[in-house]
Amino acid sequence: MERTEAELIAAAVKGDPSSFEPLIQKYSPRVFATARRYARLEREVEDIAQEIWIKAFQKLGSFRGDAPFEHWLMRLAVRTCYDFLRAHQRNRESSFSEISDPEDDWLERFAAAPESTSEHATAAIQLIARILDQMSPAGRLIITLLELEDRSVKEIAELTGWSVPLVKVRAFRARGEMKKILERITKEKYL
Amino acid sequence: MKIEELRAKLLAAARANPPGDHVPLAFERRVLAHLAVKPPVELAALWARALWRATVPCVAITVLLGVFSFIPTRNIMNSTNEEDLSQTFEQTLLASSDQQEEIW
Repeated sequence: MERTEAELIAAAVKGDPSSFEPLIQKYSPRVFATARRYARLEREVEDIAQEIWIKAFQKLGSFRGDAPFEHWLMRLAVRTCYDFLRAHQRNRESSFSEISDPEDDWLERFAAAPESTSEHATAAIQLIARILDQMSPAGRLIITLLELEDRSVKEIAELTGWSVPLVKVRAFRARGEMKKILERITKEKYL
Repeated sequence: MKIEELRAKLLAAARANPPGDHVPLAFERRVLAHLAVKPPVELAALWARALWRATVPCVAITVLLGVFSFIPTRNIMNSTNEEDLSQTFEQTLLASSDQQEEIW
């Protein structure tokens, strides 16, 4: 007979790691999708996912069961990704003259005819990834949760552990930060 | 170029192309292997943790003892307002010998 999630968690809390395996199998796709939002290299993604699961096992005793396990795990995942961003702040001083030719072409096409430029183009996806890479950890986290995952301020507050006013302040700053980066691109390219 | 329009277009591009959710082969086994390995016990870390835990009770005891040592001193001072402290001390010290003299 297949064991329920609660039974598996209870066994894992008692120190049985094998009970944890079905939970890892079930929720790893969500964990990997979350980690891939914050890390580009697959090696980094795997390290983040592994850290999330190890932390989950170690902190499983703090899971009270009043909310679904997935919510608890996602909170842990988001906080681990934020720690990763803070620990691996890349060199944000790089110039936008480093942008690739396809990205450059996409920007030129956008400048000429914004409506007809495709948002499915690989160049656009690479460009937004480059912009997010240049943002501060808090700014990137907020933009990802608010704009890309369409989460509410309250949800973000629960996921990050920040207060609702702090989330609002950081969202305001993050939008400003993103705008500055975009202004820098357009100035470097078109002025 | 309109910045706001560019921002919206790029965010739409990111929304339209969410990251994949594929999991590497045997990933769960890798995690379980890590969980099976118990971290080595660090005596220094254990000792430091114990010391940190003892900090608050030690400070509390110090403060309480300080307060207690202060209160009796004030009481004696109040009760011997008109007497010389040295006389009181002498009486206390010789109280037992005085009692013995009375008995004999």
